[in-house]
Amino acid sequence: MGFEGIGASVRRKEDARFLSGRGHYTDDINRPGQLYAAIRRSDRPHARIVRIDTAQAQGMPGVVAVFTGADMQAENIGGLPCGWQIHNKDGSPMAEPPHPVLAVGKVRHVGDPVAVVVAETRQAARDAAETIDIAFEDLPAAANLRDALAPGAPLVHDEVAGNLCYDWHIGDKAIVDAAFAKAAKVVKLELINNRLIPNAMEPRAAVGDFDQNSGDYTLYTTSQNPHVIRLLMGAFVLHIPENRLRVVAPDVGGGFGSKIYHYAEEAIVTWAAGKVRRPVKWTADRSESFMSDAHGRDHETTAEMALDAQGNFLALRVSTLSNMGAYLSTFAPCIPTYLYATLLAGVYKTPAIYCEVKAVFTNTVPVDAYRGAGRPEATYLLERLVDVIAHDTGADRVEIRRRNFIPADAFPYQTPVALQYDSGNYQATLDTALKAANHAGFENRRQEAAKRGRLRGIGISTYIEACGIAPSAVVGSLGARAGLYECANVRVHPTGSVTVFTGSHSHGQGHETTFAQLVHDQLGVPLDQIEVVHGDTAKIPFGMGTYGSRSLAVGGSAMVKAMDKIVAKGKKIAAHLLEASAEDIEFKDGKFSVAGTDRSKALNEISLAAYVPHNYPIEELEPGLEETAFYDPKNFTFPAGCHVAEVEIDTETGVTEVVNFVAVDDVGRVINPMIVEGQVQGGVAQGIGQALLENAVYDKQGQLLSGSMMDYTLPRANDLPNIAVATETTLCTHNPLGVKGCGEVGAIGSPPAVINAVVDALREYGVRHIEMPATGPKIWSILQAGRPKLAAE
Amino acid sequence: MYEFSYQSPASVDAAAAALAKDPEAKALAGGMTLIPVLKQRLNRPSVVVDLAKVGLTGITVSGNAVTIGAMTTHATVAKSADVRGKIPGLAYLASLIGDEQVRHRGTMGGSLANNDPAACYPAAALALNATIKTNKREIKADEFFQGMFTTALEQGELITSVTFPVPEKSAYEKFRNPASRYPIVGVFVAKFPSGVRLAITGAGQNGVFRHQEMEKALSANFSPDAIAGISTPASGLNSDIHASSEYRAHLCGVIARRAVAKAA
Repeated sequence: MGFEGIGASVRRKEDARFLSGRGHYTDDINRPGQLYAAIRRSDRPHARIVRIDTAQAQGMPGVVAVFTGADMQAENIGGLPCGWQIHNKDGSPMAEPPHPVLAVGKVRHVGDPVAVVVAETRQAARDAAETIDIAFEDLPAAANLRDALAPGAPLVHDEVAGNLCYDWHIGDKAIVDAAFAKAAKVVKLELINNRLIPNAMEPRAAVGDFDQNSGDYTLYTTSQNPHVIRLLMGAFVLHIPENRLRVVAPDVGGGFGSKIYHYAEEAIVTWAAGKVRRPVKWTADRSESFMSDAHGRDHETTAEMALDAQGNFLALRVSTLSNMGAYLSTFAPCIPTYLYATLLAGVYKTPAIYCEVKAVFTNTVPVDAYRGAGRPEATYLLERLVDVIAHDTGADRVEIRRRNFIPADAFPYQTPVALQYDSGNYQATLDTALKAANHAGFENRRQEAAKRGRLRGIGISTYIEACGIAPSAVVGSLGARAGLYECANVRVHPTGSVTVFTGSHSHGQGHETTFAQLVHDQLGVPLDQIEVVHGDTAKIPFGMGTYGSRSLAVGGSAMVKAMDKIVAKGKKIAAHLLEASAEDIEFKDGKFSVAGTDRSKALNEISLAAYVPHNYPIEELEPGLEETAFYDPKNFTFPAGCHVAEVEIDTETGVTEVVNFVAVDDVGRVINPMIVEGQVQGGVAQGIGQALLENAVYDKQGQLLSGSMMDYTLPRANDLPNIAVATETTLCTHNPLGVKGCGEVGAIGSPPAVINAVVDALREYGVRHIEMPATGPKIWSILQAGRPKLAAE
Repeated sequence: MYEFSYQSPASVDAAAAALAKDPEAKALAGGMTLIPVLKQRLNRPSVVVDLAKVGLTGITVSGNAVTIGAMTTHATVAKSADVRGKIPGLAYLASLIGDEQVRHRGTMGGSLANNDPAACYPAAALALNATIKTNKREIKADEFFQGMFTTALEQGELITSVTFPVPEKSAYEKFRNPASRYPIVGVFVAKFPSGVRLAITGAGQNGVFRHQEMEKALSANFSPDAIAGISTPASGLNSDIHASSEYRAHLCGVIARRAVAKAA
């Protein structure tokens, strides 16, 4: 067996299971006596519920029960809670209207759950759900940001005036205004960050189970964070104490953020299982996923940069409208604020920044974090703005970035928007990326493409993100209603094999491999003797789960802390067995040795002694070799990088092809380069999807027009180029591994690189900006308008 | 899906009889349209008559025509040496339908009988002046397609085979809907000694149509330049979130020129 430690591209341990169909997903779980739930959803964007008649459904064959919002209300079932509170500019808290599990009084978006049928078969449940007679009184809908903010707009929540959830700001407005007043030049850009629908490969599913003997509940669910679901659902919705509620998130087929949140269906099946005293399963079909999984992005922004005569950034002023959808999803309010506006310094030393954000309710599916969550929106804004500055001032797009970069010797660097960057080297990352993309040779490639009748463009994006989420005290002061530490339990078994229990959750990231490599590196145990366990509140002490590229930086750090304790205890046991002082024991490659001698004990000898403590310092030490650690990060981590996209546009159809893509990312120390490469490539695929293809479209009345794969354009393999991935490393200074996180960088850095390339390709057409997705028809209409420059020639 | 009863007759006659006696019966060929529609509960047949056992597969060449059994899959058409040799545009068209799985399930007869306005095969049948043979009669392609999801087929009438005259030249080009991969505009062009026929699918509100102005120009001069100046009116063309009718009208010209360039 070759090298398996930190830095080795070990094949993923979990893949044999996944690729051979032996994964165990929520829908694979079937409990004895299980029933099936079908949810009757609103087909109206906005309507008052006049009456719900379930009589026919109740009498259908196989139907066990039918429940509506009124039934849940009668039992004081709580609404779905929001995990983050934002405050308005005036200090008052955001509007936080109730989010009933099943609609009460009104429906507020197409897909809003109204009633549930529990039946012996899925078929019977669906048949019955269709027969529920709901009398709706249709109301006009506020289907998009502008319409929802218009005077006299229909109110999504009667009690929320103007549909305004909050009006928040960050930064020093007076300083920014003063900088604008003396600027040599101001460049302004209005842009939209298009709404996306995550579409994990595995649709959401949930199985609620109730043990009649113990009265305990179990929820199996497609979640990225089972402990968070237990906390939210148990404490706020169903009022079940933690000791009576187990939440299991088994193999999960992708999440991208959409499986962080506590969804109505989880509460429905758990509660219904208790009511009917039998297990209840619900599995979304793809159409349901489109209208019930939280969507992502959906911003409208105006940004202005003040510049001096040399092109130095003096101040940035940003005003953003952010769509919350019809209800506040679990983390929705923090996405366009603390995960967005705090990133507006980017990699630049802009001394003054002010951003205001209005969050708006609309009659659409709730919007929450989606891969990158706030940071792609900030990056897109900044990196488009920098290119537009170059366009408007005639500056070189690379040079203006270099001029404004935070220099490599300026760390730690305090931005004007709260964050303190710990490390980075943006010039080096840019240099590596430009070289890898053969930026210098682009002009030749452009001319060659022109001979083929194609417009070729190149675009770069130099981004930063904040992840490794997050220091609990900091986020608490910003409105988080949870801590964001992580927990690890490391159990060395008597014969020296190891089980690691982690609060992180793997739903495609390869944790079973990466974490095993980490344990191998620290304890010297072979990979095949290391098991990583996650996703079950009955097995893991506690955990905040996986999102915000936090698993290695926070979860991995907790493991290191726990293993430090293992080694410290092991040294004491070794000292006893080797008749030496614990201070003289060294631990390396799985062996405890007396310094300067050849006397040593292997880890499995130490673990055996710990569990069979015949010759053991039992007076001073407890038996056993198992340690738990919680790790609360001291700061966010700050991956950064440079993405270079090269595109060609078909001048007859307007269709853009990404022909070359280079991603150079600084993700800190890399444990498994192959997994990092895969994570970056997956993120870039989604970023290219956002830039060129994906768009969640609602009509003016609030109907979702892109509600299936026939109309929502997910990128396919043949939409994507070869994505070259490289890393340029500076270490995180405040976690024990020096890691930063790699799960989201691809989706954050790539959209502006692609759009910058598209705009560059269209430079002869006088194009300054194009909205995402840059589709064929959109570009065709630009081409139709003609080339202003050439026309004048 | 709603509940339905299921029959799997062993002959065309038995299948046709089952379909003839029940207006709510549905024929199942490859199922690449019907099964998704059933799964979405958009259709509620009383009985599904599976044609899997009726035969009707295979490709034969006789004289100057290629005859393809109605239950022949797209994959078979795409790979057939006969089709590739005689009507390369048709083999190419089949090779682009759906994905690998769809091409191994979907059938020519199923596609033509469904006449989805964004299906590929209707363009080939119309441009190649195919004869659609049923259990009752023979129907010329010009009479067969009667608007969106509508054909000349009567209740209980099943396509048994399709005969394509072999053209001198043929080609198919399609501009895909980026999401569904159905054609937004698909153009099949066929050059016969008697003249050129050119059919467009995906674009028209009433399904596949022949572009007579282009046909006339190409019959005189079979080159992309011959149709460079011909515009297609946007009225009567589809418009949706993927493409306006104006964009489709523009693409009719672009894709037609590419098809001609490929065939020429």
